[in-house]
Amino acid sequence: MITIWELVYRLTVDVLGIWKPYVFPSPIEVFKTFKHLLSNNILIVAIIASMQRIIIGYLISLILGIVLGLVIVRYKYIDENVSALILGIQTLPSICWLPFAVLWFGLNDSAILFVTTIGSTFAITIAIQSGIKNVNPLYIRAAKTMGANGLNIYWNVIMPASLPTIVSGMKQGWSFAWRALMAGEMLFATVGLGQVLIVGRDVADISQVVAVMIVIILLGLLVDKLIFGKIEANIRYRWGLNSN
Amino acid sequence: MGLIIENISKKFISKHNQMHALEEVNLNINDGEFICIVGPSGCGKSTLLNVVAGLEKSCEGRVCLNGNVINGAGPDRAVMFQESALFPWIKVIDNVEFGMKMAGVPREERRNRALKYLKMVHLTKFQNSYIHELSGGMKQRVALARALTLDSKVLLMDEPFAALDSQTKTILQIELQQIWWETKKTIIFITHNVEEAVLLADRVIVMSANPGKIKKEFNIQLARPRKFESVDLTYLVADIMKELISEVEKVAKFEYDSDWNMEADTILSDIDNNLGAGL
Ligand SMILES: Nc1ncnc2c1ncn2[C@@H]1O[C@H](COP(=O)(O)OP(=O)(O)OP(=O)(O)O)[C@@H](O)[C@H]1O
Ligand SMILES: [Mg+2]
Repeated sequence: MITIWELVYRLTVDVLGIWKPYVFPSPIEVFKTFKHLLSNNILIVAIIASMQRIIIGYLISLILGIVLGLVIVRYKYIDENVSALILGIQTLPSICWLPFAVLWFGLNDSAILFVTTIGSTFAITIAIQSGIKNVNPLYIRAAKTMGANGLNIYWNVIMPASLPTIVSGMKQGWSFAWRALMAGEMLFATVGLGQVLIVGRDVADISQVVAVMIVIILLGLLVDKLIFGKIEANIRYRWGLNSN
Repeated sequence: MGLIIENISKKFISKHNQMHALEEVNLNINDGEFICIVGPSGCGKSTLLNVVAGLEKSCEGRVCLNGNVINGAGPDRAVMFQESALFPWIKVIDNVEFGMKMAGVPREERRNRALKYLKMVHLTKFQNSYIHELSGGMKQRVALARALTLDSKVLLMDEPFAALDSQTKTILQIELQQIWWETKKTIIFITHNVEEAVLLADRVIVMSANPGKIKKEFNIQLARPRKFESVDLTYLVADIMKELISEVEKVAKFEYDSDWNMEADTILSDIDNNLGAGL
């Protein structure tokens, strides 16, 4: 694939001259830029900054999302009044919260953290809610006849039974958070992957832009496949949901 | 002493209609007695069992176990459901241990006792499997083991073998008889299968529908172990069957707006006629 890429580059940029070099990067250039960004630490610093933000943002959204979800399930009154609102808000792309966040927090990291957290929080809340509501009542009845009650049922039956739904909500929340973070960083972060991307644009260095894009994709994939992929595979195995 | 069902009535009220699922059901069950309940579909057998289990509240009447009024589900009455209701997120052995875990039995003792009961249903080899890796019959055996670990005096079973093939069913019937013999539990066993009822029970209760009531009781005084081939058993089965069929017919008449007739071939033509009229 990289060979084809290089060939296309040679053909269109060098030979035919259809595209200017700042429009279409060569893989060799991208790789060189990548090494350069690594050697002067820009990339590492950016990755660390972005990872720090996403981990903090995601953890906050996890805690908020779970608490909010549990409260909604527990209190019918809140459920009736808040659930529709949350579903509505959820259709709003996280980055649309940015102007709101800027007015609240100013042009700083807190605003970025806010947009990172908000979409993910609601995705997790909704997953908790629908996961718990869809637990097969037979499991709860069975648990009751075996002497489980109150918190025991919650902990030993309702939570594990709704885990498949909750984990896919967590995964969705993660991807919302990651996208919102990148968008936020591109707008006004002083450090971070999104910011390096924007610098690439400012200096018209397409190689840098593509190199950073690749890093963003790889990081996203890594978390998606390695962490959530593993958890989901484990759940699917236990429940017998694998096709093979 | 024993299990006393006193004057139980239960109505289900929904938007469209009112269902008198149970009306004045009275039943005294002695300690260690094996009761089978048969009746047409929808006559309230499961409802009655759920009331005894404490999973459903009756509108009137009460159930007493050894002098205490039942009020909510509890481990003193183990229940085996028609679907195994095992938990797919934990292994077989952890499923069997669940009740003991809830009761706070220490881990090691729990494991030992669970293994003992798994051995009783011949499934020790599958202790580390997940539920989806078991066949239907194996699932019901695990469910039986899980119910037995509660060490309750009462075992409530709602058509536990209904979905199984006849060979597996026969094996489980034999196992259940043996377990009942060894543990001296009081068992209420719901079934559609009259032969099964006569094979297992000390007493067979025939229920009628609309409203759900006890229609007739049969004391089964055959020697144990019983065999399907025995003439006495066949005779009793025929007797009970007669009672049951008239009930089933009544229900069918009610449900099919009295077009129903036991001569099956007329039904098809009736349906055809209706379709023709609708066109
Ligand atoms: N939760 C419910 N809400 C409304 N009606 C119900 C409910 N549960 C049961 N019923 C009604 O009560 C009646 C008795 O139901 P039940 O499940 O006890 O029948 P059953 O004798 O166990 O039938 P089957 O042999 O088919 O299992 C049925 O007519 C059913 O429609
Ligand atoms: Mg039933």
